[in-house]
Amino acid sequence: MKRNWPLHVLVLPAILFALVFNYIPLAGIIMAFQNFKPWEGFLGSEWVGFDQFIRIFEFQEGRQVIWNTLVISTFKIIFQLIVPIVFALLLNEVRIIAYKRSIQTLVYLPHFLSWVILGGILLDLLSVDGGLINQFIGIFGMNPIFFLGDSDWFRVTVIVSDVWKDFGFSAIIFLAALAGINPSLYEAAIVDGANRLQQVLHITLPSLLPITIVVATLALGNILNAGFDQIFNLYNPLVYDKGDIIDTYVYRQGLLGGNFSYATAVGVFKSVIAFILIVTGYRLAYKYANYRIF
Amino acid sequence: MHHRSRSYKLFSLCNNIFLLVLGILCILPLIHILAVSFSASAPANANLVRFFPIDFTFAAWEQTLGNENFLRALWNGVFRTVLGTLISLTVVTLAAYALSKEDHEFRGRKWYVYTLIFIMLFNGGLIPTYILIQNLGMINTIWALVLPGAVNVFNMILLLNFFRTGVPKSLEEAALIDGAGHFKILFRIYLPISLPALATVGLFTMVGQWNSWFDGLIYLTDSSKYPLSTFLQTIIVQNDYSQMNVNPDEVRALSERTVRSAQIFIGALPIILVYPFLQKYFVKGIVLGSVKE
Repeated sequence: MKRNWPLHVLVLPAILFALVFNYIPLAGIIMAFQNFKPWEGFLGSEWVGFDQFIRIFEFQEGRQVIWNTLVISTFKIIFQLIVPIVFALLLNEVRIIAYKRSIQTLVYLPHFLSWVILGGILLDLLSVDGGLINQFIGIFGMNPIFFLGDSDWFRVTVIVSDVWKDFGFSAIIFLAALAGINPSLYEAAIVDGANRLQQVLHITLPSLLPITIVVATLALGNILNAGFDQIFNLYNPLVYDKGDIIDTYVYRQGLLGGNFSYATAVGVFKSVIAFILIVTGYRLAYKYANYRIF
Repeated sequence: MHHRSRSYKLFSLCNNIFLLVLGILCILPLIHILAVSFSASAPANANLVRFFPIDFTFAAWEQTLGNENFLRALWNGVFRTVLGTLISLTVVTLAAYALSKEDHEFRGRKWYVYTLIFIMLFNGGLIPTYILIQNLGMINTIWALVLPGAVNVFNMILLLNFFRTGVPKSLEEAALIDGAGHFKILFRIYLPISLPALATVGLFTMVGQWNSWFDGLIYLTDSSKYPLSTFLQTIIVQNDYSQMNVNPDEVRALSERTVRSAQIFIGALPIILVYPFLQKYFVKGIVLGSVKE
């Protein structure tokens, strides 16, 4: 016991920061149950019960935003699972170590660049009049595509650019799992006359299953995060109908529109669902793949 | 060990080429931006520049690096990154050390762990956090940028797992018997042994700080305090050139496009520079820190 106090001192700063910057704002959630007016404060504002939450679903806009979020993030989750796995499998077949490393260096890089930088680059690359990608499309005689101004193309652009940015980095975990497969399994398979494809189907893929389950279940917890940074830096009023997601909506309603209570209610709705999904996800990951974070 | 059949060799060749193309696709946009930034305005505006500069010139870079507001934002960004990294790394390291102990060594550990895990999963959201920062009087100060996110629980878990797996328990026990306290053990044993881990987490934190732009946008009302990321967000993405404070004729003569490209590239440059150091460590770090069997 006497040795314990220095440990308490060491965690103290972290706990204090958490209490001030994370736990105190939780108290602010009460404004989701009020018609909050900044000049009347938390105590003076009128209580409205669940009215703000009901409004989310009454507004066509609110329903649309939830739907957009689900569509965009579902596609992101699916492709952010498939593309990195396929990439890891293909990279795993590369025998020249230096070559493999060079490719890894190239594909990890975009992950570390911010969506401000990438947003700036994409605005240039995707521009309708003479952006590099539209020039490329022009070679095949197709008309230029208004990637960031046409709401259907906007979703595609968001999903593709997200996968482009992160597939390499997401593959790390699968590459690690591939490196961990016992080589004697392959040796046994070769003795039995299995070719490379059969080895992949019967050894590699089953070995990847546990980590795939972990990544998939944990990703489910993020289904209401369709990527604020990315959307915010790419969208514009032309594509609000299909591109506006919960987080960008909260920003526009709350900080720009001054609808504090409503924006908070939307945020709380999102957080509660996300919390339930994350906790469920961790439980499933623990149950089926024995995954723990601590 | 591998089948050297003809079809596999053919597959291998195609695979290697495909992966190379994929790899190049990941940096091609950056190369394009770099090429535009070094091109003369006429070919840039005529969309002639692809991956090599046309009529090579430093004009856009000179204009960017000679702009007072850009330099101030650059400095703000560097300052914010250094201060934010120092604060976050200190808080995270101290906590990770204490929490890397076993439950019986550190009574109360579980309670702290749950307190911190919770903030990773649930938060009050944008508006309540904004109101808090406002009430703390942090609007328009650097503290609004560096304090709220200082406790990065993900980094803490990475470091905690490094401490558990990387530091020999016997070394610590020997020091304990010799009468060393926790502070001494942390600074004399854990930190020197965990330098690669600290470098990983430190670099992650730096990249995070450098890339942060949204907090600057909402918490700073005085745009002269904007860090570079926020500055770039407003001028490149929102296309609000009022902050550049330049003569519009001058911009027109120079081509907005080449200047913008130079700005984007300079914004990415610190990341590109630390990237080799980052890459050396993070693969091991991520894998070690996130998967425990």
